[in-house]
Amino acid sequence: MAAGVAAWLPFARAAAIGWMPVANCPMPIAPSDKSRRQDELIILNVSGRRFQTWRTTLDRYPDTLLGSSEKEFFYNEETKEYFFDRDPDVFRSVLNFYRTGKLHYPRYECISAYDEELAFFGIIPEIIGDCCYEEYKDRKRENAERLMDDNDPENSKEGNLPNLNFRETMWRAFENPHTSTMALVFYYVTGFFIAISVITNVVETVPCGIHQNQKDLPCGERYSVAFFCLDTACVMIFTVEYLLRLFAAPSRYRFIRSVMSIIDVVAIMPYYIGLVMTNNEDVSGAFVTLRVFRVFRIFKFSRHSQGLRILGYTLKSCASELGFLLFSLTMAIIIFATVMYYAEKGSSASKFTSIPASFWYTIVTMTTLGYGDMVPKTIAGKIFGSICSLSGVLVIALPVPVIVSNFSRIYHQNQRADKRRAQKVQKARLARIRVSKTGSSNAFLRSKRNGLLNEALELTGSGEEDQHLSKSTSIIESQHHHLLHCLEKTTNHEFVDEQVFEHNCLESGMKNYTSRSPSLDSSHGLTGTCCSRRSKKTTHLPNSSVPATRLRSMQELSAIHIQCGEQQALSTSRSSLNVQSDEALRLNCQSSQITTAIISIPTPPTASPEGSLPQPSSPSQPSAGVNIVKVSAL
Amino acid sequence: MGAVVASLSMQTKQRRPSRDKAEDELEMTVVCHRPEGLEQLEAQTKFTKRELQILYRGFKNECPSGLVNEDTFKQIYAQFFPHGDASTYAHYLFNAFDSGQNGSVKFEDFVMALSILLRGSIREKLRWTFNLYDLNKDGYINKEEMTDIVRAIYDMMGKYTYPVLRDEAPRQHVDAFFQKMDKNKDGVVTLDEFIASCQEDDNIMQSLQLFENVI
Repeated sequence: MAAGVAAWLPFARAAAIGWMPVANCPMPIAPSDKSRRQDELIILNVSGRRFQTWRTTLDRYPDTLLGSSEKEFFYNEETKEYFFDRDPDVFRSVLNFYRTGKLHYPRYECISAYDEELAFFGIIPEIIGDCCYEEYKDRKRENAERLMDDNDPENSKEGNLPNLNFRETMWRAFENPHTSTMALVFYYVTGFFIAISVITNVVETVPCGIHQNQKDLPCGERYSVAFFCLDTACVMIFTVEYLLRLFAAPSRYRFIRSVMSIIDVVAIMPYYIGLVMTNNEDVSGAFVTLRVFRVFRIFKFSRHSQGLRILGYTLKSCASELGFLLFSLTMAIIIFATVMYYAEKGSSASKFTSIPASFWYTIVTMTTLGYGDMVPKTIAGKIFGSICSLSGVLVIALPVPVIVSNFSRIYHQNQRADKRRAQKVQKARLARIRVSKTGSSNAFLRSKRNGLLNEALELTGSGEEDQHLSKSTSIIESQHHHLLHCLEKTTNHEFVDEQVFEHNCLESGMKNYTSRSPSLDSSHGLTGTCCSRRSKKTTHLPNSSVPATRLRSMQELSAIHIQCGEQQALSTSRSSLNVQSDEALRLNCQSSQITTAIISIPTPPTASPEGSLPQPSSPSQPSAGVNIVKVSAL
Repeated sequence: MGAVVASLSMQTKQRRPSRDKAEDELEMTVVCHRPEGLEQLEAQTKFTKRELQILYRGFKNECPSGLVNEDTFKQIYAQFFPHGDASTYAHYLFNAFDSGQNGSVKFEDFVMALSILLRGSIREKLRWTFNLYDLNKDGYINKEEMTDIVRAIYDMMGKYTYPVLRDEAPRQHVDAFFQKMDKNKDGVVTLDEFIASCQEDDNIMQSLQLFENVI
């Protein structure tokens, strides 16, 4: 329940008087406010700075340090104040949380200092308000990564993990060349050969012929053997490297699908295809085309350069902006090409023979290249041509800064994968908040069980010993639960858990078991239920809330095993727990342990005085020496 | 020419109402209500000064502007009943609290209603409850009004109840209620019938005393 809303609880309870004439049965008694002290100011001294607030403000969150009795450890008798030796600046945010119900994260605070303070005061960071949550999470992530980055080089230098087998060592060597000398050597050798291969491809086409023919021969054809040997050597090195990587990869399928391996394959395939096809002259044209693919070897450098990889990744992630740029350019090109074609249609010897032919002019003009191989001659053409070049500047200039800023943003921040992880965390956080909200309804069901056991024990006179059982529900919570209890009584229906509800409805086919608790039926006047008693039920865990609701349900069988620590005569064992709280069972045993379990008892235990059900007083019936009391509700 | 003038004048006419609306909206957001003094409230209600102070602090915390409108009221009330839908009942409650029927509850309305509910005499409490049930404030409770109220109460229970909520449950409840309250069997319950019947019922009398110590 939200903190501020707690202030309206008195009003909601008062408004419950509106239900009273409608209700048919008497209401449960209100929880007595045992500690009826006046609302007092308490002083919190945090490292010398004194904060003052009302006690009820702090009581709003009983599961934090300040809201619970834990703060008594910090109470200073002489000065009558609570002293905390912590940071007063962060304490401001903590105290504001109690006051307003919203936890804020101050931007100037260090994230780890803030986390420590929150942990000290028992506040979970998940409840930081939406206004500050993004900032908090971002800072936390940055911090975590910084710590991770600091740790990683340390780890790798230590050379831990001695248990890697040969294959894993090889893979590590491939991925991270700094791990061992061999890896470094391999890294540089492959780099060298990539460079050789690229340079060879380039130099192959340079004309270095002597004055033998009129046409200069490219070097490739002149020294064809030498080039062939170089090419073969490079391809062999690449092939060996590829096969080694394939062998060492932890997941071969994933490796084959990765971009780098595709580049490797494309780089070496032309050579092998060329080997196969040298005989056939007809496909030599295609063979020549294949040689073009040899230029892809240059992409192998991206393994050697982190920057290239980031560039490639950024381009991939800017795909939408690039796509938009392309799309807008295409639109403009088509428009202007059409206009130019029709404008220049009239003029003779015009180069604008068709609209696709005008595309070339439009592109050259819009990118402000202006080759001059196609120029408009008519006046209309010149007017539209100038408009085209002016608009080209705009159309290109607009998306480019977006791409640039995207690049810098992604380069500095972390990648999409982390953001996706953050989204999952956001979903998890919302789910947790939702759970805590529904937890308030579950809290009511839980407190019903606790309340029942508490009353059971209170009535034995051993009031002190029930404390270890019940969670300390604050006054506000108990009043809220009393209010919900009144609503139950008004409508003659009870709140149950969702699972219980569905379970109930599934069981509506089973046979009815006649009840032997006439008082219950008469007092509650049920008009019929959709669920019947079940004859046997063993599935539920003893600590779940399900047995709790069963206890209050009139037509279920449940049992409480109460193990008495001492040999006390049991005054009675009532067979019904489903009566008013002041008529609940009275046990004269000092129990040290209570577990709930559901057993099926077709007949009530003989020890229970059936006839005394409607009466509040309980006749005593000693069952000498029996330590276990079975109390079942019929 | 005449058409142009007419269209121009129409435009200016249209502009003026929108300007007024903007000013109205500005007024509404700025308005803030301060309650009467502490002594006056103490005289009008049965609360002590200290209790009024505590009440006002809680009220002002949730509604800094001093006025509660129906949506805020529904939101606050719904927090207490997470299982079901409390909006209908909150609507009826709001109408009962809003004595001036102007769509917002001031602190004085709030505190005076609380004074009746918590510290008032039996007759006053019953009269307030009658006022709550009488949705159209005509002095009579008929079956439709009662059914609406009871249905709103059942709505607060939500779906997951034991036993399962059936559609006839509110109707049966209302029939039982009328059985008890409608003395002359004329189909409506007047204030006197209501008060007399409630005073005869011990359960109701007892439960009216239940919330005496709320503050």
